[in-house]
Amino acid sequence: MEHVVIVGNGIAGVTAARHIRKNSDKKITLISAESEHFFSRTALMYVYMGHMRWKDLKPYEDKFWAKNQIDLLQAYVEKINPQEQILHLADGQKLKYDTLILATGSIPAKYGWEGQDLKGVQGLVSKQDLELLEHNAPNNEVCPKAVIIGGGLIGVELAEMLHTRKIDVTLLVREKGFWSGVLPDAEAQLISEHILSHGIDLRHEEELDKIIDNGTGNVQAIVTKKGEEIPCNLVGITTGVKPKIDFLKDSGIETDKGILVNRLLETNVKNVYAIGDCARQREAIGLRKPIEAVWYTGRMMGETVAQTICGTPFEYNPGNWFNSAKFFDIEYQTYGWVFSTKNKKDYEQHFHWKHPDNTKCITIAFHKESLQFLGINTFGIRMRHEVLDRWLNEHKSVEYVLQHLSQANFDPEFYKKYESHIQATYNASKQIA
Amino acid sequence: MSSIQRDLSLTGQPPASINSVQKVSTAIVVGGLIILLLALFNINLPNKALWLTLSLVSIFGGILLFSYGAYADKQEGIKNDGVWFKSISSRGFLAWVAGLALTGFYVVLYFKADLLGLSAEGENTGLIALFDPLSKILSGNPASQWFVYGTLYTIAILGFGIKFLWKYRHNRYERLRTISVMFFQTAFAFLIPEFMARLNSDEFSLPYYDIKNVWPLNYYNFEQYRVDDFISAGDIGLALLLFGIASIFVITPILTYKYGKRWYCSWVCGCGGLAETAGDSFRHLSDKSEFAWKVERWVVHSVLVFVVVMTTAVISTYLGYDPDKYWLTKDIFLIGVGVFLTLLFAAIWIFKKEELQKDARYGAIGYLVIVLTLIGIHYTSGSTLFLIPAETLRTTYGFLIGSIFSGVIGTGFYPIFGNRVWCRFGCPMAAILGLQQRLFSKFRITTNGGQCISCGNCSSYCEMGIDVRAYAQKGENIVRASCVGCGICSAVCPRGVLKLENAATDNRINSREVLLGNDVDLMDYLNQN
Repeated sequence: MEHVVIVGNGIAGVTAARHIRKNSDKKITLISAESEHFFSRTALMYVYMGHMRWKDLKPYEDKFWAKNQIDLLQAYVEKINPQEQILHLADGQKLKYDTLILATGSIPAKYGWEGQDLKGVQGLVSKQDLELLEHNAPNNEVCPKAVIIGGGLIGVELAEMLHTRKIDVTLLVREKGFWSGVLPDAEAQLISEHILSHGIDLRHEEELDKIIDNGTGNVQAIVTKKGEEIPCNLVGITTGVKPKIDFLKDSGIETDKGILVNRLLETNVKNVYAIGDCARQREAIGLRKPIEAVWYTGRMMGETVAQTICGTPFEYNPGNWFNSAKFFDIEYQTYGWVFSTKNKKDYEQHFHWKHPDNTKCITIAFHKESLQFLGINTFGIRMRHEVLDRWLNEHKSVEYVLQHLSQANFDPEFYKKYESHIQATYNASKQIA
Repeated sequence: MSSIQRDLSLTGQPPASINSVQKVSTAIVVGGLIILLLALFNINLPNKALWLTLSLVSIFGGILLFSYGAYADKQEGIKNDGVWFKSISSRGFLAWVAGLALTGFYVVLYFKADLLGLSAEGENTGLIALFDPLSKILSGNPASQWFVYGTLYTIAILGFGIKFLWKYRHNRYERLRTISVMFFQTAFAFLIPEFMARLNSDEFSLPYYDIKNVWPLNYYNFEQYRVDDFISAGDIGLALLLFGIASIFVITPILTYKYGKRWYCSWVCGCGGLAETAGDSFRHLSDKSEFAWKVERWVVHSVLVFVVVMTTAVISTYLGYDPDKYWLTKDIFLIGVGVFLTLLFAAIWIFKKEELQKDARYGAIGYLVIVLTLIGIHYTSGSTLFLIPAETLRTTYGFLIGSIFSGVIGTGFYPIFGNRVWCRFGCPMAAILGLQQRLFSKFRITTNGGQCISCGNCSSYCEMGIDVRAYAQKGENIVRASCVGCGICSAVCPRGVLKLENAATDNRINSREVLLGNDVDLMDYLNQN
């Protein structure tokens, strides 16, 4: 029987395993060093905050895996020998495979700062990072002060987590507004203000220079590029993630920043595939980045590669881009492409609406000339994925979208509606133009 | 394996402690309860009206002050920080103390009311006497143990209702729903029946009737003494009796078709009202396992069968045999029940068979056979009713289901099993509404395309123990018999994935093989196969 081995039990690997099982009787082994069972990585924060227990993070009951004949192996893959189709595990064992799926995910990206390996310096990606955080920052007596480096989605999550334990947080971001490499400036500013309103010491246009040792190998303070020293007990490194591929060195599997794959998610080596955060498309798909470290893309690659392995080759051909997040109390959703002010395309024009209470706003991107709807960001207003996906596919105009915006609303019943206000704002902006 | 256990924070001091406002307010509530305890132990409190007022105001005001301490300095949003760290909400020491205290209270209330000071002849004493002044203002009569219970119950719903309103002040669905249960408890369950009692005289007597309480939740509604009272009370009585029948056979099906069972369970019902307010802090304690779901299905539907058999038996005992005296004879009634249940079963089997799981089919057939056999035995033999005397059935039901299940376990064990144990495993009304919601309703929780990240907040905070995530992560809508439509899954979802709505019945479940966002061709290919 063909033996499919999947390295990594995150959303990408698990989705692949489930879909291969649906379509075939192949022997499936799912390897992870991190955790015995699949868990929702995006929910790690809720365990530290006391909203959920560790076991609540597991989307399937423990009996699911045996019932579906997916063998779980908790082991660390040290080396791959693709010629012999063998995995070398850290405990000395070897595992033979017929088909190999690499879904090893990401690790925090660090940029060679002085002191970055001191105790008390950490990221927040894995289960072990969560345990380490519980050790480093159990309360505000052990850890009165934390500095977080980097203003992305994990940065704001970590800030929110530490805040629940009344730990004083300084958050350093490189840009003028929070996550403004991705968000248009007005939105970045709204989120910055919201983070500040929660008592986080958010500092813009600040970068880390070095981390200072207290003499015992622990963090004592950080120094910013502007030369300011900030004493702290914990340094959260949330300056992005990078594919975990170090174990592939000398394996013959081609990598650069990630594992290089074609549209069928095949690596350069026969019967070896890579999916999820660790994979890098040889050529970027549409406007997407070649490495997509997002829950949804990991899942979609898992869905796709399973078909290919089960005999119906499908190229990875994702539909319209979408994503979501939550910044403290403000939910964010995006559908299609809305680029940041800095990265805006030549043809891209934005319509922006903001509620006076500063907790809700939307940005609609459209084509300057054709007025074609390109994408939408919403903050504090939920949108219906299905409707926006359809409008994007049908190349609706921005005016059509605004006129029918209420059809796309997904807020709970009885919520206040803002469509007419949004339409009036658009009409007023058009008259000025 | 070194997997971290549920309390990740053995080394730490996570946000489990309460602030000083909350400490003071807890002391005030305890003060109010101590007054009740003093009365319970027959300490003579000279001015009962004053002490009662002081006690109730302390309890109510203390709850409000506690909420102020908890939420006043927080921004609008989800407030579940530290839920699994706090002793009271994580089955810790305080939870067990609270659970045992509540359970003890229920045992005394249901079975030993004389300990509370109830006196059949002469003046009440103790705790019940303390409530006499309030009862006399409302109904003109001295208090009973049920009046004491009703007063405390209403205060709990109002106090914790305001706390809930504060906690979910950003969510209009939650606000309206909570105002609704607070209103129905205060007006329909508490005040109106007391005022109705004022109308009673020697010639005219209405039974105690909380008209939002629908059979089979008030399983006693069609017992002989009540029906006699209704009929002897003229047009008003008859209207109430007809309303009671229409409630379950007409009003309930229409509203459940349009809005799902939530119109009752989380907007109107008193049990639901307490669960959603005082019980809100315990909603995450419900068991989410598949095993619990299986137990739930068998137990709750068995209770439904039990109440149908019991009520049929009880009604048939007081119906006569002679059609000349009254058209509704025992035989006509029993045949009518049999025909009705058979038709109902046939309709479900013909139109909705595909939607029934295997165990649901076995269960439905089995139970229909049992009920029809019992009716048949009676009809042919004519003597022994349902093998067991109706009175025995009635008292057994009242004891096991009405008292032990709904009160002692259902409410007493809030801090251990969660706040909807009764509604989920025991309530026959919820079972009827649930059957309809699953098979014939416009209500569903819509899953928003591919946006789910499987985080598990929805499942964790589902008080009915529904594994919401299992559906959401497949892109499947949630259409479950037990869902009471509290809306909390939608509220706690960090990605805006869930929405409660009433819409067309076509494609209500909408399950996809591959989630929205992926290749359109791949989705088509897999969903066709």
